[in-house]
Amino acid sequence: MLSGNLLWVLSGTMLLGIAAGITGTFSFLQKQSLVGDAAAHAALPGIALAFLLTGQKELPILMLGAGITSALSVYCIQWIVSFLKMKADAAIGLVLTVFFGIGVVFLTVVNRSPIGNQSGLNNFIFGKAATMTKADLMWLFISASIIILVSLLFYKEWKLLIFDPVYAKGIGLPIEALKATLTVLIVMTIVTGIQAVGVILMSALLIIPAASAKLWTKKLSTMLILSAAIGGIAGITGSFISAIRTGLSTGPIIVLVAAGIFFISYFISPTGQISKYRRKMQFRKQGDIG
Amino acid sequence: MIEFWVIFTGLLVGVTCGIAGVFLILRRMSMIADAISHTVLFGIVMAYLITQTLNGFWMLVGAAVAGVLTAYLVQLLHSSGIQEDAAIGVVFTSLFAAGVLLITLFAGNVHLDVEHVLMGEIAFVPWDQWTVLGLAMPKAVWMLLLVLMINSIFLLLFFKEMKLATFDPVYAATIGVPVVLLHYGFMTSISFTTVAAFDSVGAILVVAMLIGPAATSYLISKTIKQMFIYSMLFGATASVIGYYLAKFWDTSIAGMMATTVGFVFIVTFVSQKIIDRRKKALVHKLDMP
Repeated sequence: MLSGNLLWVLSGTMLLGIAAGITGTFSFLQKQSLVGDAAAHAALPGIALAFLLTGQKELPILMLGAGITSALSVYCIQWIVSFLKMKADAAIGLVLTVFFGIGVVFLTVVNRSPIGNQSGLNNFIFGKAATMTKADLMWLFISASIIILVSLLFYKEWKLLIFDPVYAKGIGLPIEALKATLTVLIVMTIVTGIQAVGVILMSALLIIPAASAKLWTKKLSTMLILSAAIGGIAGITGSFISAIRTGLSTGPIIVLVAAGIFFISYFISPTGQISKYRRKMQFRKQGDIG
Repeated sequence: MIEFWVIFTGLLVGVTCGIAGVFLILRRMSMIADAISHTVLFGIVMAYLITQTLNGFWMLVGAAVAGVLTAYLVQLLHSSGIQEDAAIGVVFTSLFAAGVLLITLFAGNVHLDVEHVLMGEIAFVPWDQWTVLGLAMPKAVWMLLLVLMINSIFLLLFFKEMKLATFDPVYAATIGVPVVLLHYGFMTSISFTTVAAFDSVGAILVVAMLIGPAATSYLISKTIKQMFIYSMLFGATASVIGYYLAKFWDTSIAGMMATTVGFVFIVTFVSQKIIDRRKKALVHKLDMP
């Protein structure tokens, strides 16, 4: 059952989970989780458009298209918030749905065209790790490794940027450039992951591992390691389950595994519900005695 | 006649969502609506699995339960210390994933396929008719009319309370307005709207209709009443223009409607900026002696 290809797919999704866990932690701490959701949805028009313009389904071309529209959506959100004085949630919701709508329009055009029928572009909606070829996996490996390396490289600067932006500015760090690098890296994570997880659920891979790790620790370095580990476990387990049963999309299963880890953490972690309940009981007991 | 029903359904979606969206924008809950529109899928699948029918009534019940559950879970996670955007992200992605998985496992052979759920198919609306009181209209139209009625009654009855709870929740709570009840009541009405519109435009694009027109009218209105009127108008306009564009280009109607929503937003703020600049220039001219 563990054929060579499956092994490659599994390690690919694990690496993807690790990368998403790391960049997701930074975006989580910047309170930008839902911007990631919008950026992931916005990858769809880019994929369809890249296919329509070039007529090829080579992954690098589709990834480039996805990256452009995805980055554009993040830019649109920031612009609407700062220029039109609109609340962030309304801006995110608007940009997300409009970009996704445009994506659906283009995807329908692709599906109606004679070359589009077999393009398998529909797999980008929910992801299908099992259909990835060796070349696709190559791209995944390269891109995920770059993401992980760059995050480690910028670890100190981003830490400062997130926790003390004023001080960071004071010692002369290029704040805007650092923020832009982080955005680029998040978009890159999304683009890397869409083939395996799909555009709708990609954001879950950015949000859930980070949110689960936050329940266990307050230290950034520990949080990053935990989040990466949770992302990796979710990726490998999810794609394994979807590979052994035909007809299952990979995205939903990876997300459910991650969600399972989140809810377990929610109850048993040191800040979780069970220990909270225990402490409450203890206080009550002390109150009774005293 | 078929085209009439499609356009009429689109108009109804625009108006119903336009009304529901106003308080969403004002209460800063757009992303919770987005979450609900995703989790409604879970509710509908559960309703189907329990009753084994695709009855509209049970779908409404399932969706309402899922909607309130989403709002409740987000609130629960948020109040136990998880930041709100992450709480929303965790809840809706996991429930949506569960919904998609249940469909592919148990309901793949019925009408409930995932693509239909995501994108809807407004072109099929006229074929599924219901006859009530001797009046034959498409099922989607009946559902939308019902939800529009429920929403309007809710808003007419509690308009003052909603306004107060939105702009000054602390004061509202002190003078005895049931803030929490209103919150969940409003969430229920959003879930209803989502389900009713969902058959025609799909789970994701219904959010475009909920947020887009209201956000556009937010740019130009000065009072809530104005906002309601503009929002309805924008919703209706976007759906009609979207329909004709989609027909012209032979593509997804729902997708085109969402695209038009974005287009209407851009046109509105550009024209608003131009008018603003003209006004300023005029004032400047008048100030000159």
